[in-house]
Amino acid sequence: MKALLIRDLKLAMRAGGGFGLGLAFFLIVTVLIPFSVGPQSALLATIAPGGLWLGALLACLLSLDRLLALDWEDGTLDLLATAPLPLESVVTIKALAHWLTTGLPLVLIAPALGVLLSLPAPGYFWLVISLLVGTPALSVIGTFGAALTVGLKRGGLLLSLLVLPLYVPTLIFGAEVARRGATGMEATTPLLLLAGITAGVTALLPFASAAVLRVNLR
Amino acid sequence: MSLWEYANPKKFLTTSERVLPVFWWLSGACIVIGLIWGFFFTPDDYRQGSTVKIIYLHVPSALMAINAWLMMLVASLIWLIRRHHVSALAARAAAPVGATMTVIALVTGAIWGQPMWGTWWAWDPRLTSFLILFLFYLGYIALWSAIEDPDTAADLTSVLCLVGSVFAILSRYAVNFWNQGLHQGASVMRAGAITGTDTEEKVSNIFFFPLMVCMVGFVLLFIALVLYRTGTEIRARRIRALMARERMAA
Repeated sequence: MKALLIRDLKLAMRAGGGFGLGLAFFLIVTVLIPFSVGPQSALLATIAPGGLWLGALLACLLSLDRLLALDWEDGTLDLLATAPLPLESVVTIKALAHWLTTGLPLVLIAPALGVLLSLPAPGYFWLVISLLVGTPALSVIGTFGAALTVGLKRGGLLLSLLVLPLYVPTLIFGAEVARRGATGMEATTPLLLLAGITAGVTALLPFASAAVLRVNLR
Repeated sequence: MSLWEYANPKKFLTTSERVLPVFWWLSGACIVIGLIWGFFFTPDDYRQGSTVKIIYLHVPSALMAINAWLMMLVASLIWLIRRHHVSALAARAAAPVGATMTVIALVTGAIWGQPMWGTWWAWDPRLTSFLILFLFYLGYIALWSAIEDPDTAADLTSVLCLVGSVFAILSRYAVNFWNQGLHQGASVMRAGAITGTDTEEKVSNIFFFPLMVCMVGFVLLFIALVLYRTGTEIRARRIRALMARERMAA
């Protein structure tokens, strides 16, 4: 398992692995938000938590189609499926690697982008916490979507159509934490619900992803 | 005699052909009677005026939008557990019908909401979750049409349907948490309403009886449409098999 994780991380870090792509996308989306709604800092401050969450979510989505597709093309997935490691673990490791290379960097640069959107001071802590708790769920759900569409030639668009509705609960609770935190309200309730979604999804969804992957590898 | 006999496509086709006219006529009769009764023989509501009459389309279609997904869920489970092809095809056949019902519910709701709430659309929990349900239908239908191998497609869409159901329910309650809305609570069916112990506000009987007829009509219409479309799917698959065989022979 560890070897697989290290291999995935290394591949993602190498040139052409698309490591910085998600980050750059997140940055660009954040820069485009003021262009679309205007530069008034009061307005930006109210939409900053939601805008940052949406940007992070889309950046996660963007990198999903290469999550399994590359391994599918060169036959690595077939090898992994016949390996003694259960496919459920393989899928979980893939999701973890995706989170470490996409989700975690997003969490780390989110405060810097918060400055661009003039996020109120109490909001930074809650933004980072909510992203830290919420982005693993995005990776795990995304892995399910990637497993569903891995056999398709041009599955990218379909992948977003399938995954985005599944992202709804995570986005609602995550953005709610950030929004309540930014306005100084009590934010522990949505944070606990968000953590519940992440925990539940991480525990259960790999089984569905593995089942779907088995069908696709048949 | 068991339910599983109808897993045989031939048996399914002959039986469904025999019962289909009954369903068509009954559903047509129910909807026509219910709508005429509702539109012309019930008084206007004292606050909502005649706009209340859109209830006879709005409530039944919303009911079937949810029940269609429920039926797809059951059919997907039967496919995953017992591998009956008819079941997978029935789930496929039900999806566009359910999506259409969702659109009808959303559009009639918007038409109703405009004079009543003063807006076509509000980010109310019920409205929002219906929109999300519609997105789930779209994804499901798109996945079916994207995959060529029918068995793979059936497997993948079945799992998507199961996972989607869980997430649809999650979204429903998440949306509730996110925004309290304008839409009225459940007022058509209540456990206490039938026995008369419920003193809370509910739809008056004058409106309830024609609404009931309309709901029965929509249920029958849904069953008829799904049976018909499933038959079409079975025949389409037979044609494909025949053509493949001919190509092999030639």
